[in-house]
Amino acid sequence: MSVRSKVIDAIQQIAKEQHVTLPALSDDLSLHETGFDSLAFAILVARLEDETGVDPFTISEDAAFPATVGDFVRAYENVPA
Amino acid sequence: MSPREIFALRDHLGAELTGRTLSDAQTCMSLTDILSQSVLGGRLRELSGRSVLLKLSDQLRSGLAMIELDGIARRMLLCPPDLNPSHLEALIADAEIDAVVTDESDRWAGTGVPLIVTAQLPLEATAPAKTERATEWLMLTSGTSGVPKIAGHTLEALTGAIVAEGTARGPAPVWATFYDIRRYGGLQIFLRAVLSGGSMVLSDPHETLGDHVARLKARGVSHISGTPSHWRKLLMSGSAAQFAPAYVRLSGEIADQAVLDGLKAAFPNSSVGHAYASTEAGVGFAVNDGLEGFPADYLGNRNGVEMKVVEGSLRIRSTRTAHAYVGRNAAALTDDDGFVDSGDIVELRGERYYFVGRRGGIINIGGLKVHPEEIEAVINRHPDARMSRAKSRKSPITGGIVVADVILTEGTDPARAKEIRDQILERCRAQLASHKVPAVIRFVEALDVTPAGKLARTDA
Repeated sequence: MSVRSKVIDAIQQIAKEQHVTLPALSDDLSLHETGFDSLAFAILVARLEDETGVDPFTISEDAAFPATVGDFVRAYENVPA
Repeated sequence: MSPREIFALRDHLGAELTGRTLSDAQTCMSLTDILSQSVLGGRLRELSGRSVLLKLSDQLRSGLAMIELDGIARRMLLCPPDLNPSHLEALIADAEIDAVVTDESDRWAGTGVPLIVTAQLPLEATAPAKTERATEWLMLTSGTSGVPKIAGHTLEALTGAIVAEGTARGPAPVWATFYDIRRYGGLQIFLRAVLSGGSMVLSDPHETLGDHVARLKARGVSHISGTPSHWRKLLMSGSAAQFAPAYVRLSGEIADQAVLDGLKAAFPNSSVGHAYASTEAGVGFAVNDGLEGFPADYLGNRNGVEMKVVEGSLRIRSTRTAHAYVGRNAAALTDDDGFVDSGDIVELRGERYYFVGRRGGIINIGGLKVHPEEIEAVINRHPDARMSRAKSRKSPITGGIVVADVILTEGTDPARAKEIRDQILERCRAQLASHKVPAVIRFVEALDVTPAGKLARTDA
């Protein structure tokens, strides 16, 4: 499974659990518009860390939290192996 | 006015009650003639009036030494097996120790302790001693780090709850516990065995659970106690089959409904009760209605035990509490009114109080206080979950999130893990505030339990 589909799967799973109705997940959708609150993002980052072994937001201290879904996915894709 | 009569352990042991034993995995000792025998090589006289450190590598000799020393020594400090040796020096100074009873006399030569007595088997014949004084019993608290505190008790305080309950009819009980008898919870059981005219089967840290249960069955154990973690491990091991004690007791941790129900199912003919006790607060009460928590009307004065709730924490005043912390810089044990603050947080729901956790065990989730025990109680109620531990994990977004490790009930099909995870999360969301719902649930094979029988909470 590609990194992108892992991320999208996890978003959809958490949305289901949190009873959040997601809009279509296009790359330029702002994360704010996903309807996720900070707790939902915290859950997402923790689960992706368990699945992929990385947490791109803790590794790099100066990394700004992404603004869009596309930025978020790329943060995981661009982590050096 | 005549001085009040002082009773010591020896006054509960006599040759008239035959067939009493104290046993461990290797040795079965008759208690019938125990007063004419010595584990101290007949050197009890030298220990009269001394402050004695009891530092032995096994419970059997420890128990026999307690029987001999009580009523003779000024003090005895019980050292549990997991005591960090680097704390000994501070404890010896704080308790004004001037004698040690050991099975490693070489290690004590040159330590400055003036009297070293070796405890040894087989027992030696001796003339029975007479009770001289009320010995002070010093017990160590099972805190997490640093030098443990020393809580001072008398035999009268330690046995207050046992005497209040009176003796049950029928054959003398055979007691056992998963605890070590040098800790408060285990000592309670040892004292019950001595005062009830019964016998006692000791645990052995080197024995498998299966072998331990086989020994409990072979010795005819009728009454047995342990922490909820001890009991969950027993239920998971599958070793409980064919073991049918009359009385099953839990103490030392929160007994949630899941473990009470699990024990009732495993031991359908046993009475299952949970007791509230701590090294400092003594035995508060026992609950025998099969339900978690305790009736709200236990607050107030009940059988000489007074309880109140201050800022959510249970406070207890009774003659069964420790009387002081002992030591050079010892803190006050009680508040100004003589109540011990247990640090156990309770919550009133309807007509019952429920334990929600330890004040010192709170985890911080994004600035909000969370008791991990509260989350575990919800998880443990899922029929496929046997035991769980909730803890905090750092999060770059919220600072912290809750994660939970869960042990599945024995025989659960691993293929159902995802379905079970979803069900547990659904229950947590229905019953807990959103920040308390675990972000991640991991299924694990085992969870660490401390030597005191409590779920290890290293992050708390």
